[in-house]
Amino acid sequence: MAMVDEPLYPIAILIDELKNDDIQLRLNSIRRLSTIARALGEERTRKELIPFLSENNDDDDEVLLAMAEELGSFIPHVGGVDFAHVLLPPLETLCTVEETVVRDKAVESLCKIGSQMKERDIVDYFIPLVKRLGAGEWFTARVSACGLFHIAYPSAPDLLRAELRSVYNQLCRDDMPMVRRSAGLNLGKFAATVEPTYLKSDIMTFFKDLTQDDQDSVRLLSVEGCAALGKLLEPADCIAHILPVIVSFSQDKSWRVRYMVANQLYELCEAVGPEPTRTELVPAYVRLLKDNEAEVRIAAAGKVTKFCGIISAQTAIQHILPCVKELSTDSSQHVRAALASVIMGMAPLLGKDATIEQLLPIFLALLKDEFPEVRLNIISKLDQVNQVIGIDLLSQSLLPAIVELAEDRNWRVRLAIIEYIPLLAKQLGKDFFDDKLGSLCMQWLGDQVFSIREAAATNLKRLAEEFGKDWAVQHIIPQVLEMINNPHYLYRMTVLSAICMLAPVVGPEVTCQTMLPVVINAAKDRVPNIKFNVAKMLQSMIPIVDSTVVEQTIRPCLQELYEDPDVDVRYFAQQAIQACDQIMCA
Amino acid sequence: MTSGVGGTGVSAPGSTGQPLEWKFSQVFGERAAGEEVQEVDIISAIEFDKSGEHLATGDRGGRVVLFERTDGKDLRSRRELERADYPIPRHPEYRYSTEFQSHEPEFDYLKSLEIEEKINKIRWCQTANGARFLLSTNDKTIKLWKVSEKKLKNVSNLNVDPSVRLSNGNMVGSSPVQSPKNYAPFRSMNGGALCRALPVISNEFVFPPGGIPSLHLPTVWSHETALIARCRRVYANAHAYHINSISNNSDCETYISADDLRINLWNLEVSDQSFNIVDIKPVNMEDLTEVITSAEFHPSHCNMLAYSSSKGTIRLLDMRQSALCDRHAKLFEEQEAPGSRSFFTEIIASISDIKFARGGRYILSRDYMTLKLWDVNMEAAPVATFKVHEYLRPKLCDLYENDCIFDKFECCLSGDGQRVATGSYSNLFRVFGAVPGSEEASTLEASKSPNRRLVQTPSRSGNRLFNVRGRRDTRGRGGDSPGSEINGGQYDFTSKLLHLAWHPVANVIACAASNSLYMYYA
Repeated sequence: MAMVDEPLYPIAILIDELKNDDIQLRLNSIRRLSTIARALGEERTRKELIPFLSENNDDDDEVLLAMAEELGSFIPHVGGVDFAHVLLPPLETLCTVEETVVRDKAVESLCKIGSQMKERDIVDYFIPLVKRLGAGEWFTARVSACGLFHIAYPSAPDLLRAELRSVYNQLCRDDMPMVRRSAGLNLGKFAATVEPTYLKSDIMTFFKDLTQDDQDSVRLLSVEGCAALGKLLEPADCIAHILPVIVSFSQDKSWRVRYMVANQLYELCEAVGPEPTRTELVPAYVRLLKDNEAEVRIAAAGKVTKFCGIISAQTAIQHILPCVKELSTDSSQHVRAALASVIMGMAPLLGKDATIEQLLPIFLALLKDEFPEVRLNIISKLDQVNQVIGIDLLSQSLLPAIVELAEDRNWRVRLAIIEYIPLLAKQLGKDFFDDKLGSLCMQWLGDQVFSIREAAATNLKRLAEEFGKDWAVQHIIPQVLEMINNPHYLYRMTVLSAICMLAPVVGPEVTCQTMLPVVINAAKDRVPNIKFNVAKMLQSMIPIVDSTVVEQTIRPCLQELYEDPDVDVRYFAQQAIQACDQIMCA
Repeated sequence: MTSGVGGTGVSAPGSTGQPLEWKFSQVFGERAAGEEVQEVDIISAIEFDKSGEHLATGDRGGRVVLFERTDGKDLRSRRELERADYPIPRHPEYRYSTEFQSHEPEFDYLKSLEIEEKINKIRWCQTANGARFLLSTNDKTIKLWKVSEKKLKNVSNLNVDPSVRLSNGNMVGSSPVQSPKNYAPFRSMNGGALCRALPVISNEFVFPPGGIPSLHLPTVWSHETALIARCRRVYANAHAYHINSISNNSDCETYISADDLRINLWNLEVSDQSFNIVDIKPVNMEDLTEVITSAEFHPSHCNMLAYSSSKGTIRLLDMRQSALCDRHAKLFEEQEAPGSRSFFTEIIASISDIKFARGGRYILSRDYMTLKLWDVNMEAAPVATFKVHEYLRPKLCDLYENDCIFDKFECCLSGDGQRVATGSYSNLFRVFGAVPGSEEASTLEASKSPNRRLVQTPSRSGNRLFNVRGRRDTRGRGGDSPGSEINGGQYDFTSKLLHLAWHPVANVIACAASNSLYMYYA
């Protein structure tokens, strides 16, 4: 065994560990395959490393996944595009493994390499590979093959093109549903590379086969193909071939298929043009909004704004709005929540009058919904409606809704509403906010749940940013500082963290005058947790305040804490003192 | 591609009408006389794969044992064959292939409950690249296993002498050369922690354009392979009650798992979420009248599944109708005969197992006393009822006392759907002809001489024990009882044959008698 020079030692180990029996070491070596390749040089990478990888593919999936990924960007290491084809054999093997993520990654890498290869090399190396995989014994190879056609096809001469199309046809009719699913999933990509004549003849036949598959999971995926193919076809062909399919899918026996249609329908409207949309797709969509399966209604309700954005306002008011009204009182809370999350977006589409007349009652009803998520979703999109009709019309109903959410039993609901408070503040303005919501924000600082107190502190900071320093000095800081006398140390700690967050916003002057004394005072607290937090806070204040303040006020306080009997307090005090020193040096 | 594979050389004699003559084929884990059976060794699940090339058993100790078919690829040497001078057996024979520990005993600290490691069900998944995949479950957790051949590698010609590296103190804890001897198939993937810093290549290092000639790749050779089982996915925390069934969908993408009150739908590739598709839990648990006992997907319609209940009903569901299948598409239930009601009626009506016949047209169900064959197109009554335990009717009281009445017997159908089989006490199992007009009904013992008891018995017509049609129910068959004929009416209620499986194409039955796996062919 050869001895290796000192500088080469790490690389030598890296190479040796390609075959270590510790998976972590193998993984590490594979991730640094490019280093190994550079150490071996281009020629030996081609002649030794790549064959070595091809032969040693009997490894754990984690290693294979990393290998598939690395090889995708390996062209420079084998000597450039002219030699790209040497990378195909190891990736071909990886395309046949059982683990889906490895296969997908190998296909991705093959596509990446194939798209850089010379046309002649595609014909000589890439297309034979696609054909081999397409005729693979195990379904795994055939599943992978489907994702490579769009790379192979454009470079193929006519004869080979015909062959590729027929291989794809076989894959669309494969015995194994996995292969058919993959064929369905990749059809759009492949179709985009096929000549218009064959698009209409061959591809549409494959598509038709897939749409009539027995397996729901295959039909489901072909719904996605509808939109992709629709965009490729001429509007007339789209109306002739895709429209009937989507209309029949929208009435499929399987709710999962209808669910997919509900999700994708709006994308197809553009492909078929306005008139067929009005006559065919709007009725289909209305049916989906009224579907008897809640999951379908959820999907349909979630797309109502996108759909209305495509059709005319008049059609929306006439056909879609009545359904929306119905959905706002749907028996499923999830349907109502989905509707609430998008309905505010309809306001700009319908205009002021229709919004006030038709949408406002729905907003108000949803704001009073018994299910908190519905109310939250409305509140989260308040800005959209504000642009159209102003907040005044809503404010009366808004306030009770907010207060109720603010006091909800479920802390996650309280957390969600806190996060919307800055948005609300922006929409409502200072005056309204001071009157109604200011006290709520303080109340949250004393919540029983830590996450709420934490969010409340962040909220105060964001409000201060929104309304400015003067407002904060007047409306937030006095109330916050008052709470430092709370008997429970956890609440005192919340005050400290609020101060810490507010300090950068209000600037050095306010910090030194009002907040710093409170923090310094807290250093005499009897609870060590408070004390070491004081040390941390002081450290964060160092960059904000003037250096004389640091020397005269902060450092003495830290020195005192450094003498504390508690080890943690001493530790953080020391950290802060070091930070002081650094600032002074700089 | 999906069917007919592996049926090579196996013809099914007596495909219609004529009763099969069952012969002993093999036994694995035979008990020596007087040998005490360890609880953990008792077989709790048996399953053939779709081709019949493989057989898996699970036991109460959480182990899964795999067997593979040997005939066709005869293992004897040519000379041995010549000496033997008789043809290789025509029926499938199996040999032990590998085993692995699928589940370990666990403890649920939240509920203070012990979770047994016992394997409740095994299901084979689609084979890929010669690797076999199977799902195994205990009461709570389902696991996906991949069993494949792995090359045992030898590595040599390293750049750095391993002994040097050790002396450098740079490499501790893992031997760079893997020898087959200390190969550990069940090694944890996160084992072998990194005990040293990874090699660092300084940024200033300049690679010469032609590479470094002194470096080379290690040489790898392998001369041996070993079957290695690896757990690929763990589907946990989705069942509040005990899982009684798992079943693969024909789409090869999803499967269901059923516990006492709920059925969940999983994607094989996603282990952290499942969808609840059936929930029969009443708002108030005091209103509970019925539990799910078994569930199975239709063999070819991806949207259909059936589940049985403790009330003796089978519900057929269409997953296309809605996301939560509260409403069944069909309900199969036999009206009880008036006046026959007793304390035990409800208990013995409980269905312990259901199986779809291959085409999906028929469903076989097993309750305590009978096997019933249902046509999915007829909900009111089964097309055939086979009385398995009629002779126990007078003893129901005793069976209730010793809890045997709650035993869960499995049932199975032959690949062609023409026969059905199920287990019984005293290590007996029974096979019935299911085609209209067939009077076949045999009783066999899980032992090396399955017909032993048969021979002792004065039989009325040749080899067949039973040919008397049910008196009241003209559809019923096999109603006669072997009771008076076997051991003078003595039953061994401790020797229950609960688990058995029929080969998908050949007439081969694998059944479990305690810790032993018996195979019979006809």
